Amino acid sequence: MTTTEAPDILPRILDYSNRADPYPLYAELRKTPVALQEDGSYVISTYRELSGILHDPHLSSDVRNLTHPMPAMQERGTPSFINLDPPEHDRMRRLAMRHFGPPHTPGLVTGMEPDLTAIVAGLIDDFAGKQRIDIVDDFAYPFPVTVICHLLGVPREDEPRFHVWVNAIIDSIDYNPKTDPQEKLENGVQATKNLRQYLGGLLELRHGHPGDDLLTRLANDNGPDGRMTDAEIVSTANLLLIAGHETTVNLITNGMLTLLRRPEMLRRLRTEPDLVVPLVEELLRYEPPVHIIPWRAAYSDISVGDTVIPKGSQIMLMLASGSRDPDRFHDPDRFDPDRQDNQHLGFGSGIHLCFGGPMARLETQIALTALVHRLADPTLVTDPPPYRPSPVLRGPIHLLIDQN
Amino acid sequence: MSTADTLQGFKRDGRVVIVGASLAGLRAAEALRDEGFTGKLTMIGDELGEPYDRPPLSKQVLTGWVPADGTTLPRRRDIDAEWLLGVPADGLDLANNHVRLADGRTIPFDRMLISTGVRARPWPVEAEAALDGVFVVRTREDAAGLQRAVAAGPSRVLIIGAGFTGSEIASVCRERDIPVTVAELAPSPLVGGLGAMIGEIAADMQRAHGVDLRCGVKVTQLEGDAQGRVRRAHFSDGSAVDADVVVVALGGIRNTEWLRDSGLAVGVWGVACDAGCRAFDLNGLVTDDIFVAGDVARSPNPMYEYRFISLEHWANAVEQAEIAAHNMVSAQADRWPHLSIPTFWSIQFGVNIKSVGVPTYADEVVVTQGSVADHRFVAAYGYHGRVTAAVSFNNAKWLDHYRRLIETAAPFPPPCPTPDQPLDAKPVPVDFPGPTLLAQGATVVVTGHDPGERRVTAMRQHR
Ligand SMILES: Cc1cc2nc3c(=O)[nH]c(=O)nc-3n(C[C@H](O)[C@H](O)[C@H](O)COP(=O)(O)OP(=O)(O)OC[C@H]3O[C@@H](n4cnc5c(N)ncnc54)[C@H](O)[C@@H]3O)c2cc1C
Ligand code: HEM
Repeated sequence: MTTTEAPDILPRILDYSNRADPYPLYAELRKTPVALQEDGSYVISTYRELSGILHDPHLSSDVRNLTHPMPAMQERGTPSFINLDPPEHDRMRRLAMRHFGPPHTPGLVTGMEPDLTAIVAGLIDDFAGKQRIDIVDDFAYPFPVTVICHLLGVPREDEPRFHVWVNAIIDSIDYNPKTDPQEKLENGVQATKNLRQYLGGLLELRHGHPGDDLLTRLANDNGPDGRMTDAEIVSTANLLLIAGHETTVNLITNGMLTLLRRPEMLRRLRTEPDLVVPLVEELLRYEPPVHIIPWRAAYSDISVGDTVIPKGSQIMLMLASGSRDPDRFHDPDRFDPDRQDNQHLGFGSGIHLCFGGPMARLETQIALTALVHRLADPTLVTDPPPYRPSPVLRGPIHLLIDQN
Repeated sequence: MSTADTLQGFKRDGRVVIVGASLAGLRAAEALRDEGFTGKLTMIGDELGEPYDRPPLSKQVLTGWVPADGTTLPRRRDIDAEWLLGVPADGLDLANNHVRLADGRTIPFDRMLISTGVRARPWPVEAEAALDGVFVVRTREDAAGLQRAVAAGPSRVLIIGAGFTGSEIASVCRERDIPVTVAELAPSPLVGGLGAMIGEIAADMQRAHGVDLRCGVKVTQLEGDAQGRVRRAHFSDGSAVDADVVVVALGGIRNTEWLRDSGLAVGVWGVACDAGCRAFDLNGLVTDDIFVAGDVARSPNPMYEYRFISLEHWANAVEQAEIAAHNMVSAQADRWPHLSIPTFWSIQFGVNIKSVGVPTYADEVVVTQGSVADHRFVAAYGYHGRVTAAVSFNNAKWLDHYRRLIETAAPFPPPCPTPDQPLDAKPVPVDFPGPTLLAQGATVVVTGHDPGERRVTAMRQHR
């Protein structure tokens, strides 16, 4: 395994003009499973190496372990657990999970099914009489946002306010100091501050008031690990709000796009309702919402294959490339919901494995099932559709369809 | 193969007999059909009823959460087999290729699988073992009986033996606030499987949960009352404890007696086989048509210097069964070795314990991640400077990494620090209490002088 590659592949992947189809570039990238970049960072793109390093305790998610952290990265206040290592990560994830899933709150996600079905039905009812629909704006965006707001206890009507902040934050995730204006990063930092201040305001009202939403439950917790500090609750709510809606929107949209490109599969889903479960798994492999984990840090020297990545290095993980690796998946560029043993990297892997996976799966299953049943002869208006700027959280910005 | 002389012919209409219709037997049968075997399949088992799962017997069944008859193994596919249940196999005739049943029937085969597993080691004094209130836990019936006794609210439960099963049962009893005494001959619980350092942690855990833990003592006598109910146990240190339920958790005995005259390499350590699950005969020559899988198997592991290892682990039984089935219907060149790294799990005192590798194959151990005080850590085991195993307490997500370290013979102790590494982490001797199996003496003697004559003969040492 060599650690040099044709130097322009990663920039081409990040370049917006390749957003609609980065997959051939991933195939190029995989020829060098661990690729050293000019700036000293490493890019990992093959399944074996990715799943290995995601389980490697020497890999850190804490920006403080980078030799050259990006200047403004640390100014965002208390890190959320996605950017922490054990034991802090484990403690905060445990505290949050107490109110989100098993073993303490086992029925939460399945219990949401009737609500999710009702929200989806309401959104589709509004399609009535429209010939042209934007799957993103009219459906895939408002649906998960409504769900996560409800779950957290964030008023849905505040969405226009935090939508702007969330966009600025997402925009700054893949900030590249060489090509991007400094402003992009500063906007992100400022947006994080605004969002946290807003969430902090909501939290203050919760103390001492019992209630069912997550903010209230975190504010009044008293489990074996104690309670999160207010700053920790705010950072966690911030994480859940962003992770809970900037990803699922892409999965639902990518799902419709993939089905509209394969009308026979769309028809099959109508007649085989159970197909939706493996189909959503295959989507997470084939067109995942999260393409890249933009940075991780080598806490100490890490061996990946026969490469030693030195302590302090920045490491980029190309999840979507790993899920298309022919050494792991037979015929990887084929969309095949009947695939067996589909251990994709769509939700990451290891201790940071997506916290919201069960919820995202259920949302997408319900959404796609309803769409294929209720849309009459849907057709794509433009293929490929226009994409959002981000190469990290990748998905269409609009998906226009016509129905009869 | 006698009747079907080609592999294709055998796959089409050969005869396979599986003796031992539990986890390994069932999974092998399913895998055989998956592999396209369409011939006659016979399942022989001495237990009545559907094959069932054992791990819940000392966990969810004891708590009453799952009924004893609710652990039937899920079927992965239809296996279209003839089931001969309720009668044990009593002998194996390799000259005529048939299995003899205890009722005198003989069942012919072309290839067969031995998956007779392990039974519980009973209390050695028969009259005391027969007292009401004395239990072992291996079968569904055992667990149902113990569950009823525990649910009745006994004044004290005595558990003899603090291995995994004994410790799990102690944990369930303490959850229900039943007074518990645990007696263990070794210096601490779990020490035989995981060594002294983890043993001490397990001892602290038991005491913190209110277990009256007595290590380094032997139970010398179980005393019954006039109605034949157990009421008291006496210890080697002269003390005694009153208990109305006694659980004998002294490990297992491999079910190999029925193979005594078969000419196969069998002993108290099981049935020896190669990494492809083919049984060895007494001389150590590999046979062609007899396969072994599960708790009863003892096979060489290339990752551990080709030493013969027996494992009483659920995952091992499943993997070995699938390898055995594959190899039964494959030509020599297509056979697979059973190479996976062993894994094991246990739940006790609120802690999820998991291991990879073979912890007994180690000379040193070090805590690499987390905090022992919080019962949330990973410990790595090393042998001659390489990683051979790892054990986690409430930290199982990392074990995949350690599996890779074992597979790549990575250096021990792991040289590079991790974020959650204890500051004072230093390897300590692993300290297992003596090599017990080696001390049990020879099982064969060698006769003959010329290479063409030399053979081994079994010594009758079965217990
Ligand atoms: C209480 C308990 C808890 C456990 N917990 C765990 C755990 O947490 N994790 C883990 O990894 N493992 C655990 N195990 C171990 C696991 O259950 C075994 O590894 C597994 O059952 C092995 O399957 P097997 O098919 O090889 O053997 P067995 O399950 O022992 O099956 C052998 C079968 O063969 C039958 N048989 C024996 N002799 C004959 C004969 N002569 N003729 C016909 N039939 C015969 C037996 O009656 C039995 O039905 C536990 C075991 C027990 C008993
Ligand atoms: C299809 C939708 C989703 C996808 C593809 C997705 C993907 C991912 C991925 C790849 C990670 C790993 C990040 C890393 O390792 O650094 C992750 C982490 C996370 N996700 Fe998701 N996610 C989705 C939906 C959700 C939802 C709905 C929620 C919340 C309700 C959520 C909450 C989280 C959180 C909190 C983490 C951090 C976990 C940790 O650090 O321990 N995600 N997600």
